[in-house]
Amino acid sequence: MDRIPILRMGKFLLVTIQIDLYDRLATNLESDLVNMVNKTGARGVLIDISALSIVDSFMGRILGNIGTMSKIMDAEAVVVGMQPAVAITLIELGLELKGVHTALNVEKGMELLHEKISFDEDTLDEADYENNSE
Amino acid sequence: MKTDIAKLLQRKKKQIFENWVAAQLADSNLRDELMSNEELRSQSDELLDVLLKTINNDNLSDVYSQAFEPVREILAGISVFRAKNGYTPTETGLYVFGLKEAFLQAIQGEMKSDLPGMIEVTFRMNKLMDHLAIDTFDTFIKGREEVILRQTDEITEISTPVIRVWDGILALPIIGTLDSSRTQVVMENLLQEIVVSGSTIAILDISGVPAVDSLVAQHLIKTVAATRLMGAECIISGIRPEIAQTVVHLGIDLSSIVTKATLASALRHAFTMLKLEVKRVQREKSI
Amino acid sequence: MTIEKEQDVVPFRNRVKEHAVKIGMSILNQTKLITAASELVRNMLKYAGGGVTTIEVLSKGRENGIRVVFQDKGPGIKDIKQAMQDGFSTGKSLGVGLPGAKRLVSEFDIKSIPGEGTTVTIIKWKNG
Repeated sequence: MDRIPILRMGKFLLVTIQIDLYDRLATNLESDLVNMVNKTGARGVLIDISALSIVDSFMGRILGNIGTMSKIMDAEAVVVGMQPAVAITLIELGLELKGVHTALNVEKGMELLHEKISFDEDTLDEADYENNSE
Repeated sequence: MKTDIAKLLQRKKKQIFENWVAAQLADSNLRDELMSNEELRSQSDELLDVLLKTINNDNLSDVYSQAFEPVREILAGISVFRAKNGYTPTETGLYVFGLKEAFLQAIQGEMKSDLPGMIEVTFRMNKLMDHLAIDTFDTFIKGREEVILRQTDEITEISTPVIRVWDGILALPIIGTLDSSRTQVVMENLLQEIVVSGSTIAILDISGVPAVDSLVAQHLIKTVAATRLMGAECIISGIRPEIAQTVVHLGIDLSSIVTKATLASALRHAFTMLKLEVKRVQREKSI
Repeated sequence: MTIEKEQDVVPFRNRVKEHAVKIGMSILNQTKLITAASELVRNMLKYAGGGVTTIEVLSKGRENGIRVVFQDKGPGIKDIKQAMQDGFSTGKSLGVGLPGAKRLVSEFDIKSIPGEGTTVTIIKWKNG
């Protein structure tokens, strides 16, 4: 069975979607990703959709789901490289993909993930510090 | 005996032509700044020539037949030429009606002896020329429409420049009313430029937009949302007091968008977001 | 083109795209048309278990366009007005399918007889 490969890069998972997904493939990707987050304890998920020429409401929902599910499992999801035409079409369609972070390209997406996670860790450190001082 | 109109008109061609041109030149409204007399003469001559070659007793009433194709083509050419060069519809209409006048003069002069024949020919001639005039009008208006279409294209082209104000910051001054087709162009240009330049912040300056109603606001919100989907942030600047007033009175919610009064403050905000700082250089005072 | 299973969606979208490219439609309008078509074909699969689509090139004056017709023999839609509202869905989707698709195309027509089926026709003009 076809599957979209998920690459692991340190604390992050990396997915590049290179073909137009049919529904089964997309739902598989969703569950595979969530399982991977669980198994690896990844802190961030980066999905590159620059090769996707179409994102309809189904695909939009999958992306949104991945975002929300990651969040519950304490990971951040970033969608990168959306085509301008796809962005305009999604807006006209009425989908804003709330809950997923977006970035222009893989590089900027990685920066964003690092930022989010280091911010988390900073606040965590502070909390630890406060606990210790008590 | 039936009169051969084609032959009659062919014979009187010179007179018809002179009458027609003379009438045009005599018109006090003639605008010789638009076309020289020479040009007018040659243009009229060409039309008359082709028309007379086409006309015969059988096809006189049927302007839309194959035979009249060349005539209508020339007329269309003249019509479009006139539309583009600023002639009024009246002038263009009178041009064709002038030719009709000249034709009828010739027919009346030649067919005095055959009154019923003359009436019949006059009638058919009238009809033919009226159809040609209507045809001319159609193409005239089409010519005008083309001019308008071209101008609209040009306006949309020039009115949405995307400027790179800083590394990673784009500015897009919007001038004029923002309707849905305009918004499309703005969005497309902006998003395209975001990809090309790799910018993360876009400033939409609306100080040139005369009024913001709920529809325009919706377009702005859409543009901002699309920019965010691409992974860039969008700031709207140039909110004049009147605009702020109408926005609040109409109950439009712009709270999800970063808005700034001026382009300068938007730029300052953008610098902060990019963690940039602009400083005045402190020169060391030499004593 | 007959649509019976979800694997037919991607080839169908490619067919729509081929037509749109042929008449020189801009990328943005292509994307809009294909997305709308994709929404509608999904609806057809979901509610009627499939159906038949036809894609053709139209021309009106100097405007060219693409017309896509979706015909199914499903349960039909009882209240079209309600189905065209944003956020309404009888299934578990986001409820943007029909109204969203309408916003993406130039002309949208829907006819439905409960118990007999639904026909949706969309037209996207090259510059519209």
